[in-house]
Amino acid sequence: MDILATLLIPLSAAGVLALFGARSWAPRFNVVASGMVFLSALEVARHVSGKGIFALSNQLFADDLNIIFVVLTGLVATTTSVFSVHYVRFEVERGQFDSGRLRLYHSMYQMLVFAMLLGLFSNNLGLLWVALEAATLSNAFLISLYRSPKSLEAAWKYFVLLGVGIAQAFFGLILLYFAAEKELGPGGMALLWTNLNQVKSHLNPQVLLLSFIFFFVGFGTKVGIVPLHGWLPDAHAEGPTPASAILSGLLLNVALYAIIRIKVLVDGSLGVSFTSGILIVFGLLSLWVAVFSMWGRKDVKRLFSYSSIEHLGIATLGFGVGGEIGTLAALLHMTFHSLTKSSLFFLVGTVSQWCGSQKFEGIRGVLKYTPFLGWSLILSVCAILGVPPFGIFTSEFLIFDALLHWSPWAAPFLAIALAVAFGVLMKRVLELVAGETAPSGPLPSFSRVPVGIHLFLVLILGLGLPSFLWGWYQNAARYLLGTL
Amino acid sequence: MNHPVEQSVIQLLGGLLLLTVFVMLSIRRIFTMIRVFTVQGIILTANAVFVGAISGEEHLFLLAFFTLVLKVVVLPVLLFRLIHRLRLRGDVEVVVNVPLTMVTGILIVVFASSLAAPLTMMASTISRGLIGFGLSTVLLSFLVILSRRKAITQVLGLLSLENGLLFSAINATYGMPMIVEFGVALDVLVGTLLFGVFFFQIRESFENLDLERLEKTWED
Repeated sequence: MDILATLLIPLSAAGVLALFGARSWAPRFNVVASGMVFLSALEVARHVSGKGIFALSNQLFADDLNIIFVVLTGLVATTTSVFSVHYVRFEVERGQFDSGRLRLYHSMYQMLVFAMLLGLFSNNLGLLWVALEAATLSNAFLISLYRSPKSLEAAWKYFVLLGVGIAQAFFGLILLYFAAEKELGPGGMALLWTNLNQVKSHLNPQVLLLSFIFFFVGFGTKVGIVPLHGWLPDAHAEGPTPASAILSGLLLNVALYAIIRIKVLVDGSLGVSFTSGILIVFGLLSLWVAVFSMWGRKDVKRLFSYSSIEHLGIATLGFGVGGEIGTLAALLHMTFHSLTKSSLFFLVGTVSQWCGSQKFEGIRGVLKYTPFLGWSLILSVCAILGVPPFGIFTSEFLIFDALLHWSPWAAPFLAIALAVAFGVLMKRVLELVAGETAPSGPLPSFSRVPVGIHLFLVLILGLGLPSFLWGWYQNAARYLLGTL
Repeated sequence: MNHPVEQSVIQLLGGLLLLTVFVMLSIRRIFTMIRVFTVQGIILTANAVFVGAISGEEHLFLLAFFTLVLKVVVLPVLLFRLIHRLRLRGDVEVVVNVPLTMVTGILIVVFASSLAAPLTMMASTISRGLIGFGLSTVLLSFLVILSRRKAITQVLGLLSLENGLLFSAINATYGMPMIVEFGVALDVLVGTLLFGVFFFQIRESFENLDLERLEKTWED
C-alpha cells in the first residue's frame, strides 16, 4: 500500500501540473508533492527493515537494497524542487519560460521522479526496463526545454544514443527470460527478481554471460560508463539546472542500481570473477577518461558532469572489487555523491544565472560579492574531492582499502586519478570564486536551505554514521552478496 | 516438429527481414525507407501469426494484432504525415560508400549467427533457427543509425532495431510476458511523438534535418 502511495503521488502530481503547471502556485505545489513522496518513502523504509514488502501481486517490492535509493530519491527530489522554485521564477522574469514550457517542465519533473521510483520499486525486470525508458523520454523533454539549437542537439543525442543503448539492454532481457523460462516456466513470473534470485544457481551460465554483456552495454550507456558517455556532458550542460541535479544525483544511480541487480543473478550462475572483472576495468576506464577530460573545459556545468562520470566510475569500481567492504563503500559513495553533486549543481546554476553565462570566463568575483555562494561552492568542491571530514572521503577510503586487499594492482590507478581530479577541480573553482570584478547581471534570489541540508548531511555522515544507518547499509551489502 | 511447410515459411520470413535491413542500408530515398519499415511490420506480424499457429501460444495472436496496428498502420501513417508536413517527400540522402557498409553488414550477420548458434541449440521453440536473424537485424539497424546523417533516417534505424528485438523475442521465447510488451509498445509510441516534436523544433532552428549541420554548432 505504501509503495503504491509513493508511486501514485508523483504520477498524479504530474497530471495536475500538466494542466496547471503555469499557475503561480505550481512551483510550491511541486515542492509539496515531492515532500509527500519523501515522507511516504520514509514510511516504506520504516516497515521494510529485514524483510521485503510486496505490492501489485509481487510486481513491485521494497527490500534492504532499493529502499536506500528510494529514500535518497525522495530527499533529493524535494530539495531540488525547493531550489527549482527560485530557478523558475528567475527564468520567467528573464523571459525564458512561457506558460507552455512551465507546464511541460513541472509535469516532466514529477514524471521523471515517478519513472525513477517505478524503476527502483519494480521486482519485474521487464518493468524496470520500461521505467528506465520512460525516465529517458521524460528527461529528453527536460533537456530540450530551452529550444536553443544546442539544447535540441543535446536532447537528440541523448534520445538516439540512449535509445540504442536501452535496446541492447532489451536483448539482454530477452536472453535472461530465455534462460529463466526453463526454470520458472513461461509468463510474467519468470522475470521477477525475487524468483530469479532463488533459482540463480540453476540458470544457464553461457546465456547469462551473454545477457550480462548486453545489459551492461545498455544500462552502462545510461550510467555514462566511458566508451558510452558521449551524451552525458551535453545533457547536463544544456538542460535546466534542476534537471541536471536530478540527472546527476539520481538517474545515474538508478541505472547503476539496475546493473547491480543483474550482477547478483549473473554471479549466482557464473561466479563473481566475470562480472567483477568487467566492472573493475570499465570503472577504472571511466575514472581516468573523466578525470583527464576535466582539463580545458570551458563550461562549468560540463566540468561537473565529467566529475559525475568520475564518481559513478568509482562506485562501479567499488561494486567490482566486491566483498562486504567494497560493496558497502560503493553504496555509500553513490549516496554521498548524489547529495554533494546536486548541491554543486544548485550553486553553479545560481551563479551562472547571476553572471548570465555558464562559461568560466564569464564567471568571476563570486566570493567577494556573495560570500555565502562563494564559501559553499568551495566547501562543496572540497566535499566532492573527498577532503577528510566529508562523507566522500570515507567511501573513497573504504574503496581504496578494499582494492588494496583484493586487487592491489588497481589501487595506484585510483590514487593517481583522485590526485589529478583534486588539482584540476580545485584550480578551476578557485578561478571562479576569485576576482574583483562584479558580475553584470542582477543577483537571483535563491534559497540556502537545499545546499545547507545537503552539505550538512554529507558532513555529519562523514564524521560518523549513526548505527541504524550503518546497519542499513551493511544489510544492503550483505543482501547483495547473498550472505545475509 | 512436423510442420515442414510452416517452418520453411518462417525461415523465409527471417530471410526477408534480413533483406529489408540491407535495403535500408543502401537506399537513398527517405520516402522508400518508410515503405521498407512498413514491410518489416508486415513480416513481423506474419511471423507472430505463423509461430502462434504452430505452437498454439494464443497470446502471440494478440501480439500480432498489436504489431499490425502499431507498426503497419499507426507509425507509418504518422511518419508519412510528418515528412509530408516537413516537405521531405522527395528528399534523397547521400549515402557514403554503400559497398563498404554492405560488406560490414555481411560480417555482422556472420558474427551474430555464430553468437546465436549456442542459443539455437538450447532453445525449445519451433522457430529457434531464427534467433541469429533477430540478433543480426538488431546489429544491422545499429549500422543504419551509424551510417546515416539525417534525423529521420536515424529514427527509422531505431525503429528497425526495435523490430529486430521483437523478432528475437518471438522466436526465442514465444514473446516476452504481456506486461513487458505493453510497456515497450507504450514507450515506442511516446518516443515517436517525442521525435515528431523534435523534428519540428530542429526544423525551426536549423531549416533542415541534417545532423551534420547540428554538429557544426558544437565547439566544446
